[in-house]
Amino acid sequence: MKNNVILRLFDICAEFDDELILNKINLRIYDKSFVTLLGPSGCGKTTTLRIIGGFEKPTSGKLFFNSLDITDLPPYKRKVNTVFQKYALFPHLNVFENIAFGLKIRKFSKKEIERNVAAMLELVNLKGFEKRGIERLSGGQQQRVAIARALVNRPKVLLLDEPLGALDLKLRKEMQTELKNIQQQLEITFVYVTHDQEEALTMSDVVVVMNNGQIQQIGSPIDIYNEPQNAFVADFIGESNIINGIMYKDYMVGFLGHDFICVDKGFACNEEVDVVIRPEDVKLLEAGNGRLEGVVESIIFKGVHYEMKVDSAGYSWTVHSTLPKNVGSLVGIDIDPNDIHIMKKMEI
Amino acid sequence: MKKLRMLSLPYISWVCMFTVVPLLIVIFFAITTPSGKFTILNISNVGRYFSVIVKSILLASIATFISLIIAYPFSYIISRIGGRTGKIAMMIVMLPMWMNFLLRTYAWMTILEKNGLLNKLLVYLNFSPVNIINTKIAVVIGMIYNYLPFMVLPLVSVMKKIEPSVIEAAQDLGSSGFSIFTKIIIPLTMPGVVSGVTMVFVPAVSTFIISRMLGGGGNLLIGDLIDMQFLGNSYNPHLGAAISLVLMVLILLCMSVMNQFECEDMEGKLV
Repeated sequence: MKNNVILRLFDICAEFDDELILNKINLRIYDKSFVTLLGPSGCGKTTTLRIIGGFEKPTSGKLFFNSLDITDLPPYKRKVNTVFQKYALFPHLNVFENIAFGLKIRKFSKKEIERNVAAMLELVNLKGFEKRGIERLSGGQQQRVAIARALVNRPKVLLLDEPLGALDLKLRKEMQTELKNIQQQLEITFVYVTHDQEEALTMSDVVVVMNNGQIQQIGSPIDIYNEPQNAFVADFIGESNIINGIMYKDYMVGFLGHDFICVDKGFACNEEVDVVIRPEDVKLLEAGNGRLEGVVESIIFKGVHYEMKVDSAGYSWTVHSTLPKNVGSLVGIDIDPNDIHIMKKMEI
Repeated sequence: MKKLRMLSLPYISWVCMFTVVPLLIVIFFAITTPSGKFTILNISNVGRYFSVIVKSILLASIATFISLIIAYPFSYIISRIGGRTGKIAMMIVMLPMWMNFLLRTYAWMTILEKNGLLNKLLVYLNFSPVNIINTKIAVVIGMIYNYLPFMVLPLVSVMKKIEPSVIEAAQDLGSSGFSIFTKIIIPLTMPGVVSGVTMVFVPAVSTFIISRMLGGGGNLLIGDLIDMQFLGNSYNPHLGAAISLVLMVLILLCMSVMNQFECEDMEGKLV
């Protein structure tokens, strides 16, 4: 069951000071979905969000809202609301007045404003804070006010620009769950910008991975993690071992001097490829077993697992395992065919 | 702690020597006769100059108001430009301040006088010449010109502090042009308005050079009155001190009224 496309970005390009920030972004955002724009800083994710919000004009391309062209519509006429990175609350207004701002502009009656704001305060767990000044709120509370202030206007789409960036880890985790609940409860489309891959994977229905102003991959969190389309995505989503390899034929790849059976096909004969292997998929065996051999260089305890660096024929593997090996010991290395991901070399 | 107190000693003695003691002397003069006897006659005599006081406050208020009207949009533009251009614009505002106050006011005399630059220009453009010099208008122009930078500076500094994202948030919530201005920008710049108004009004209400040079003999202000009691032919330091004292009280009153605005603003934040 797929909902309608509520937002469609068509060939969006953005240039500032002769620098290409966005290069032909094409994206369909479905109604009631939680979409995350994920990428390193400077990849164009915030610019994309600002174009949707109307704060930035694309150099070329079009933006459709429910198949209506809204490329030239000013922000105050769009049915989207934004939660800004540093909250951007109005410092001269208290919590109630901040949240009521949009409703007052739209000339809601006093009664309706009070009812709606009260409902929002309940939703974001800030009951009793109505008269509080903004400066006397904690970061997490300010964040909640910013969310309530945007949501009270019943937007069709809520844009969130790294909203949890300034919060500490524990609070961030709490807010992630809370945001996801709010999104499902209100059935609003969320477009969420973050550089935190874990955040993207936990919250989203769809993740859009961006780099250098281009979309690298669009997919569900599971797709993005398990089937990254190129080495950039593989490296950005979780850690990866990326090794140069040669695809001899379908289902057969060679790297680090050995041949491996894999599950990928459709490459040219002897094409140079990136071989991507997740650290948790590297199996460490007793010396003498496995097709590769290596020496443990370092080991760090990470909580759930140990992170080891294992040197093998000049390549330093990152390995996650619950079983520690001694530094300096000789180990065998092997990888399941299912865990070998072959990717086309990126054009740089 | 003790060391800090020692370090503050020079400043404290400075303030005592040059602020507290002179103030006491002024008060002493204001309530004594030339022979040193206590009297309130000096202060009650200030009432005779009621019309001058009213005129001073009126002209200073007009000048302050017009300065605010000119400075507000101008400061807003400067604060939004930023970067190099903003700095240069700020420099141009400050530039006249580097020249001597008297010189600046003299320059206005040559501009506004009967055969001055302004009238020459008007005649050249086939308009009839105007008579501005030695009127209240000339005094107000002089005040605005001399004190405008004191209005611009605090305004620019509060306006620079307004985050662009706050304005974007207002737009996002449905505000456009005018309502952003009245609901966001004006309330957020109130502290700057208060200090700008104070910084223009206080020197304007007590000026004597501007009124004498541009206002001719007919536009005496409190400042001139005080000046005359000390240096002029109606030598009477006791009356001069009394007028000074009254002026000071008036300014303090004005400032506390202004600060009331600021306090209300703060209370809105804190409750």
